Amino acid sequence: MTFSSLFMKESRAITRAKGALLMVESIPGVKFGEIVDVWLSDGEVKRGQAIDISREATIVQVFGGVSEVDLVGSKVRCKGQTLKLPVSIDILGRVFNGMGDPIDGGSPVVAEDYLDINGEPINPVSRVPPAEFIETGISAIDGLNALVRGQKLPIFSGSGLPHNRIAAQIIRQATVRSKEEKFAIVFAAIGVSYDHAAFFMSSLEQTGARERTVAFINTASDPVIERISTPRLALTAGEYLAWKQGMHVLVILTDMTNYCEALRELSAMRDEIPSRRGYPGYMYTDLATIYERAGRISGKEGSVTIVPILTMPDDDITHPIPDLTGYITEGQIVLSRDLERKGIYPPIDVFLSLSRMMKEGIGPGQTREDHNNVFMQLYAAYAEGCDLREMSTIIGAEALGERDRIYLMNADSFEREFISQGEFEKREVEDTLDIGWRLFSALPEEDLKLISEELIRKYLPKYRNLNATTTSQS
Amino acid sequence: MGRIWRVSGPLVIAEDMRGSQVYEMVEIGDEGVIGEIVGLEEERAIIQAHEDTLGLKVGEKVRGTGTILTAELGPGIVGSIYDGLQKSLTELMKESSFLKRGVKVFSLPRDKKWHFSPTVKVGEAVSEGHIIGTVPETNLIEHRIMVPPGSEGVVKEIGEGDYTIEQPIACLEHDGEIEELTMMQKWPVRKPRPYEQRLDSSQLLITGMRIMDYMFPLVLGGKAAIPGGFGTGKTVALQQLARWAQTQLNIYVGCGERGNEMADVLYSFRKLEDPATGRLLQEKEVFIANTSNMPVVAREAGIFVGITIAEYYRDMGYDVLLVADSTSRWAEAMREISGRLEEMPGEEGFPAYLGSRLSSFYERAGLVQCLGSPERTGSVTVAGAVSPPGADFSEPVTQNTLRIVEALYSLDVSLANRRHFPAINWLTSYSLYAEAVKDWWSKVDPEWADTRGIALRLLQQEANLEEIVRLVGPEALPEGDKLLLLVARMIREDFLMQSAYHDIDTYSSPARAHLMLKTIIVFYKLAQEMLDSGINVAEIRSSPIMYKISRMKDIPHDVFEQRIEELRAEMEVSLVAHRGGV
Repeated sequence: MTFSSLFMKESRAITRAKGALLMVESIPGVKFGEIVDVWLSDGEVKRGQAIDISREATIVQVFGGVSEVDLVGSKVRCKGQTLKLPVSIDILGRVFNGMGDPIDGGSPVVAEDYLDINGEPINPVSRVPPAEFIETGISAIDGLNALVRGQKLPIFSGSGLPHNRIAAQIIRQATVRSKEEKFAIVFAAIGVSYDHAAFFMSSLEQTGARERTVAFINTASDPVIERISTPRLALTAGEYLAWKQGMHVLVILTDMTNYCEALRELSAMRDEIPSRRGYPGYMYTDLATIYERAGRISGKEGSVTIVPILTMPDDDITHPIPDLTGYITEGQIVLSRDLERKGIYPPIDVFLSLSRMMKEGIGPGQTREDHNNVFMQLYAAYAEGCDLREMSTIIGAEALGERDRIYLMNADSFEREFISQGEFEKREVEDTLDIGWRLFSALPEEDLKLISEELIRKYLPKYRNLNATTTSQS
Repeated sequence: MGRIWRVSGPLVIAEDMRGSQVYEMVEIGDEGVIGEIVGLEEERAIIQAHEDTLGLKVGEKVRGTGTILTAELGPGIVGSIYDGLQKSLTELMKESSFLKRGVKVFSLPRDKKWHFSPTVKVGEAVSEGHIIGTVPETNLIEHRIMVPPGSEGVVKEIGEGDYTIEQPIACLEHDGEIEELTMMQKWPVRKPRPYEQRLDSSQLLITGMRIMDYMFPLVLGGKAAIPGGFGTGKTVALQQLARWAQTQLNIYVGCGERGNEMADVLYSFRKLEDPATGRLLQEKEVFIANTSNMPVVAREAGIFVGITIAEYYRDMGYDVLLVADSTSRWAEAMREISGRLEEMPGEEGFPAYLGSRLSSFYERAGLVQCLGSPERTGSVTVAGAVSPPGADFSEPVTQNTLRIVEALYSLDVSLANRRHFPAINWLTSYSLYAEAVKDWWSKVDPEWADTRGIALRLLQQEANLEEIVRLVGPEALPEGDKLLLLVARMIREDFLMQSAYHDIDTYSSPARAHLMLKTIIVFYKLAQEMLDSGINVAEIRSSPIMYKISRMKDIPHDVFEQRIEELRAEMEVSLVAHRGGV
């Protein structure tokens, strides 16, 4: 991604080097946000970005930190370029680092275009509301928190919870029903351990999705500052594939907590006034410029769907990282340590999880007519069961009435039969809904207030068998 | 003409800016990035950029425009979709699906002709605010052309027919000077528009949401805050307000929120009908969309452009509702700029002027007697969402907002997790307008205040009893308390819960709300009698009446009254039957 320019400017007057920042005497003609080269005395070149420019000084943020920079022999050279990613259809199947350079041993991409990694905001009027149901084959998602194309739906996890396995399962199984379309996966590993990155890559390999995947890998040992560019590179690649190549792109970003930590680190370095828990006040806006790149655009074929993964520090959902993310994304899938301890996979917390785009993506034509009712009834019954469970720990199950005991048991079966499923088990959405109906059989029928009688007659197993008999008789 | 001296994110400092004024709009650099001067230091100007500053260079030109941030006011506003600077997003879309900076488009179409019908005659003396003619803007809004504030005189000429907004439609003479009037006014957005006098409001703003209309009413000209953590349904509540509020014009300001949601709002408003008129809602809506990934500084501009448009239609004599989603994003933009200006921070890094800036927005709400003749009143009602971090209401934006607003709809995470929507907590929400609307309600239901009181008391008692239930279990309660819990639950589930996605229940008129709650209260009284005659709560619970009450929401509007009457009769009969049984 290097450009040669006739008008290269350089400066040797570095007055301060600290953290990742260089203070350089004003470089005439340097652009705000421009990518510069920092030449060390020994000839090594680091890349940096001008983050504050004025007549008096230019402040350069150095990718990879300022180690080995000296104030005498080092120099800063400007080329007049902002950070761009070279793109073409050949990026599929490739692996890049957090600067967009290939690290798979292959040759550099022959670029069809160079795209600014910050992208441009989509005009809200040009957006098409996301509405196409993506079947992930996971009941707790498809049934209760449906994902649709163009949505951004994060997984809120905690250390040690199986978010990676769930993400891998989504990648393996996600399809849009009855459609054969071009789709691609963009995977960004942000500050994760080598093992996690390797797990994803091998899981992609196994499913044969490797050649439809573009990967950007910044492991925990790579420069912190490149964590800022990694998700942006991934989304730039994703946007290119979606808007220029007409593909449906699923972007997985893991782990956004590391991204936010990097943001905090750099903000502290710049002596900015911190907001909550030391994170910069603009973290909401900064995250929004990443997540808001999801969507569908009228007149364009493709779509960008984002599934970011983040680990909540100390499982605290009110921590600024999950909190600000939740304010931007269209819902969240929250993993629960309690369910995990009970041995339930995927341990998805039904109460805290939510998909805001679900109502558009379900129902006749997309999934099934009874989807919304089944969803609400399952939810209500489980909520009641969980309340009773809490109560029974204090007063004992014996003190509960008959009806209450039914609900208590129902909550257990819901967890065991509906939420729990195999890591390689792909349930069609009809199967998911039918499991729901099976659970309803155990409840008093007059309690199914959230479902119309017509649907009960059609789907409740006891009537369904009856229907089957009457049809066979006639 | 100045030059860039420093660029740091959205903050630009320009030199050689002598003669500029604070809040003057400037064009920065060769691309003409739009900015606004927020401070002057000798010949240097501190500018906040309303568009992306990436790629600007020290030494590039900075051109003052001589005007401060103004809104263009005239026919063509209703149904428009603007960004924070009142640029038409529909026009911008013709260029690209993505937003590029420096692109200039007009807020109001310059070539479109509107039919102007005069309402004054030559020779008539008019002053500011006087309506001189009308234009059919949409099927729902008659645009009333007013003499702009500051102008007056005797009508020398008045036109009739089709004009563009820039063509003169009237001539005024004042002290020998001739002034030409067009259909367009410009108004600086940070300055409230003048009115004759403020009035006390006692008219309910009908929202179609039972918990608002019945429990915590809002008035025309009122101010309300809707704080809530993520996932508590702030946006849905505001969308419901913008959809069904029985005001004549609704303004939806999307401030630093989600793009897909904005798209959803825009799509749905093209299809939905206004319950009062049967026309498309789009014909009474103005949208301002500045999503979270659009320039931060324009969030504040969007809020003020919105309130200025609201005041302009108020001046015509309309009742206008403005909803802002979310004011916290605007506060965050203030914090970001303040931080870059290296101002002394107040609480949590927010600037010390956070409270006064928030009031300068909310205080523009109100019911007023408008300037000029004919005599008329108009109102601006404001409802602002607040997004407190971690759903903690003690944070500065929520607290500063609560000092200004008169009604609080506090959204509760635990209610939302139970999917009780709207997740407005009945124990912590309040409305100081409840007294004011008593007279209004008494026309619908003379017992409104009593019924509301009973319901709120039951809910409060339920909260107290639940503490006990948690310790001893529900079975250990006396029958009277069991019944109370049952009825409180009915109030919550069969009355307060209201689905925005339910075809019928999404809008509930005050009369309907009143009948629903009344039915539950009547049921309570009858059930108490049944208890007295020895029937236990378990039996009452299994009665088919309960099920029918829970299905009140499904009854279509046209047969509602009749069905409720039937239901009441059935309740009486079943009570008598029980009595007979004893």
